[in-house]
Amino acid sequence: MSPHGIVMDKVSYSVGGRQILKDFDLVLTKGVNRTILGVSGAGKTTILKLILGLLPVDQGRILIDGVEIGALRESKLREVRRKIAIVFQGGALFDSMTVGENVGYRLIEEGRLSDSEIERIVLEKLSFVGLENSIDLYPAELSGGMKKRVAISRALAAEPDYIFFDEPTTGLDPIGVYNIVDLMKRLQGEGKTTLMVTHDLHTAFAVSQRFSFLHQAHLVFEGTREELMAAPDETTREFLSPSERSLFRFTEHPHQEHQTRTITELE
Amino acid sequence: MPIAALENKLKLFFVEVEEFWLLSFRAVIGIFSKPFYYREFVTQLDRIGVGSLFIVLLTGLFTGMVMALQALLQLKPFAATSYVGGMVAVTMVKELGPVLSALMVTGRVGSAITAEIGTMVVTEQVDAMRVEGTDIVKRLVTARLKAILIAMPLLAVITDFIALVGGFFMAAGYQVNPVMYRQSIPQFMVFQDLIEGVVKPAFFGFLIAMIGCHVGLRTGGGAEGVGNASKRAVVLTSVFILVSDFFLTKIFIAFR
Repeated sequence: MSPHGIVMDKVSYSVGGRQILKDFDLVLTKGVNRTILGVSGAGKTTILKLILGLLPVDQGRILIDGVEIGALRESKLREVRRKIAIVFQGGALFDSMTVGENVGYRLIEEGRLSDSEIERIVLEKLSFVGLENSIDLYPAELSGGMKKRVAISRALAAEPDYIFFDEPTTGLDPIGVYNIVDLMKRLQGEGKTTLMVTHDLHTAFAVSQRFSFLHQAHLVFEGTREELMAAPDETTREFLSPSERSLFRFTEHPHQEHQTRTITELE
Repeated sequence: MPIAALENKLKLFFVEVEEFWLLSFRAVIGIFSKPFYYREFVTQLDRIGVGSLFIVLLTGLFTGMVMALQALLQLKPFAATSYVGGMVAVTMVKELGPVLSALMVTGRVGSAITAEIGTMVVTEQVDAMRVEGTDIVKRLVTARLKAILIAMPLLAVITDFIALVGGFFMAAGYQVNPVMYRQSIPQFMVFQDLIEGVVKPAFFGFLIAMIGCHVGLRTGGGAEGVGNASKRAVVLTSVFILVSDFFLTKIFIAFR
């Protein structure tokens, strides 16, 4: 395995007595864009948070460009995280900061660049998502689609190698979905590797080359679109083409975020 | 089964206590190391200090007035109304000033700290900060702790002063000589009382900031969770302020 990429090796994670992941494997090779599919509450977001080291794994290991993150202290984890940016489902923009401050947040935190240089980069990244005129607005003044575009812009400011998308098109109107899909394609065109978790097949097929399907803590499918469409597994087929038979078959679980996390996990 | 449930509850309790002190330790260490987050610190100082000024002025004024009123009624039969200034001063500076101002700040600031941080947790802003490379303890906790450690003693001193002013007006209404009112204050107080009047609010400030941040960072469950966390933080902080006030007083008496 090339050291360039992200590897999850037999990862297990549980919270509050509920098994979220069990012996989960994933390989994200640089340049190959992947989508993890699954019903709401299946634990897709948890996968992203585990890779980012925001949650500790129970078992297994996660490697980012050959570096195992399990044993790293928070300060070392920050260095590894520089390679990755994430667009959270709700955008997770900082309420008390303007759009410009949100986008330039990491650059301001690092303190390596001058104010004028940061402003130039912020404008450049906002132009990429078509929101350069919103630089002085606050998140509360933005629509859902605009928030996600600002979040993408913030993710880009750090010049990461990998960008994670957590349900990027959920709750958006068709034009909003088109905008986000277009942005993701442009990012891939610029050499960024994307990992998306979603239950939206339309978006998944538009931006990814490889697909994983998560069901009841296990990886039940991994492959290309063609392989996915021809998957022999009944669960996967029902997810792709639900019918009356599928009613209540896919048990939806409460989101993992609803469980109280300890300070240790936050740190 | 009840024993297992009790064991589980005890385990969770001790884990939470351990995490509280771990968070407190890291927040205190963060005061002395970079980055200092000056902007965040000044914002918090403004919110906590200036923002709480009116409520503590009101608390101090009416507490001082009512204390003087009650003391005057008790002292009048003994022709000792000239001592009312000293009585108001010693009670306010050592006990009521620190405790009442801390309880007011708990209601106003402690709940706001928990709600703000709790909302940031449930909307994934805290996760986003961590991904962006921020030490959240320094940014969210230490900045608030520093601000409140400076603001609380000042607010308590202001409460004491305004209470004395309120007491003065009540005493004047009972024909107490203003000079006697002022001169009775040092007769009732020693220098250590002034130290006590500053150390106590600083400790209460520590409790307000740390319990508020700790409960906020453990928030889960959306808007309802944020509401419950705020309520829990206010109740916990208020109880700990009252309990710790007793033990702090015992310590100060031991060193008297």
